[in-house]
Amino acid sequence: MAETVLELRGLSKAFGALKATDNVSLTLKKGEIHALIGPNGAGKSTLMRLVSGKLTPDAGEVWLGGAEITGLSVARRARAGLGRSFQVSSLIPDYSALRNVMLALQARQGHSYRFLMPVMRDRALRESARAILERVGLGPRASVEAAVLSHGERRLLEIAVALALAPRCFLLDEPMAGLGSEGTARLVSFLRELKQEAPILLIEHDMDAVFQLADRISVLVYGRIIASGSTAEIRADPQVRAVYLGEETTA
Amino acid sequence: MDNARKEWLLNTAIALALFAVPLWALLADEPFIITTATRIAILAIAAVGLNIALGLGGMVSFGHALYLGIGGYVAGIAAHHAFSGTTVLGLPGTNQMLPIWAIAMILSGTIAGIVGALSIRTSGIFFIMITLAFAQMGFFFTLSWPAYGGEDGLPIFVRNQFPGLNTARPWEFFLLSYGVLLAALAIFAMLRAARFGAALMAIRQNPDRAAAVGISPFGIKLVAFILSGMITGLAGAMMADLTRFVSPAMMAWTMSGELIVIIILGGVGRLFGPVAGAAILVCFEVLFGGLTEHWKLWLGLVLLAVVLFARGGLIGLLAGRAQHG
Repeated sequence: MAETVLELRGLSKAFGALKATDNVSLTLKKGEIHALIGPNGAGKSTLMRLVSGKLTPDAGEVWLGGAEITGLSVARRARAGLGRSFQVSSLIPDYSALRNVMLALQARQGHSYRFLMPVMRDRALRESARAILERVGLGPRASVEAAVLSHGERRLLEIAVALALAPRCFLLDEPMAGLGSEGTARLVSFLRELKQEAPILLIEHDMDAVFQLADRISVLVYGRIIASGSTAEIRADPQVRAVYLGEETTA
Repeated sequence: MDNARKEWLLNTAIALALFAVPLWALLADEPFIITTATRIAILAIAAVGLNIALGLGGMVSFGHALYLGIGGYVAGIAAHHAFSGTTVLGLPGTNQMLPIWAIAMILSGTIAGIVGALSIRTSGIFFIMITLAFAQMGFFFTLSWPAYGGEDGLPIFVRNQFPGLNTARPWEFFLLSYGVLLAALAIFAMLRAARFGAALMAIRQNPDRAAAVGISPFGIKLVAFILSGMITGLAGAMMADLTRFVSPAMMAWTMSGELIVIIILGGVGRLFGPVAGAAILVCFEVLFGGLTEHWKLWLGLVLLAVVLFARGGLIGLLAGRAQHG
């Protein structure tokens, strides 16, 4: 049995009477991609915020690499090894692609309370950032400001920033959103490699991509996980077909 | 020519002009112009301080006059006790600028730390109101402090001294202010280029992203706010020595507004924005203040034009957008 990297234990979060997350437990093991799917409004984004630390759960715990991180802030969770990407690209708009990655590297290397040395003269930092951009195929666009990059390039830069954190696990929120079929295909093969480095908790709308990529799938409906298992098991699950896949195919 | 080079040339031109004009005034025996240039330099130092919080960190402090006033009162109180040979809190007064500056910076940095700790988690109008509230507290405190003149203010009979200079001479005091301004600009440029600046500017643009890569916005912003208050506090001590007078007016909310106006006129977050802005403001006052008492109306129109048509202020207008590499 592979070692568990990320574990959610009985997470719950309510907004008034609405149970956005209802007793969710799941694990992410070394070397796997665990996909989280569910119809719109199922609570995927809320769950993502609970894991990343943006929201505090009403009940339940988040464990990362054998340590509880439930009480930690977003920044401390990131330092503990949670590398997330955002559903809507969230970068530093005035910074070039290179500086966006350098910022992540700088944060990973230690604190940012260094006041003297110019960061752009830090050759080691710059070269590592460039190597990461090359890896995701953004090398030629390194000096372009994030605000000017195309949508697809920003999605890749999101991944590059997460990579720069060298995290224990990735938390990818709809990385394929808005990518064309070619871009999706490239990202699918990239993520398949990436999971060897660190396991991926993947929230994704693109069903084809999910079924190609995921080792395990959990289905979230009304804040609860109604089914969890291998791709084949989820495909065959009558409940899942009824509430989710059925909807998708008839839509 | 790329924007970075244009900005560098423009900055050099501004720095040279701010030196050349009073030098000419010295030769032409026009002490008023030297004093005016000194005022520009000192106001610019105060605005360089604010530019760290506002320009780099996006923190719209509407209370930076508080630190200006703290610095001013440190200089005034120290000189007052040195003059009368009395003590304050068991310490003798002093008429030496160096210890005065050190105390002014420590005290304004401490107060900025308290104000920052209470305000930085808020944003927008709440941040503006909290910073304003603290400055108003300082204003009314000094207003009702009879030991140091209350609303009448406190005169500094003889300008405080700096080793090796005769500060009573306008030109030598200008040189000192100009040197401090260059040092403040060097510190600003250094902070901006360092890891600290990279984190601070990232937080201004997207705090969620900064947190997601592991940078806690609170600590970085707090340190920036403290450094910002310290530099503005230093400018306050020098301002008191320039006018040889401190009064609660130094902490008035209009003074806080003036510092923001300087930065907007010159260019928010730009290295020489505060210098350009202070020059515009003071020149406006000197040139049109003699013609009409409504010069602020015209300044208001200029400000409106800048906000509507030249968001980057004078530096942005002449050197284009800032580039972060």
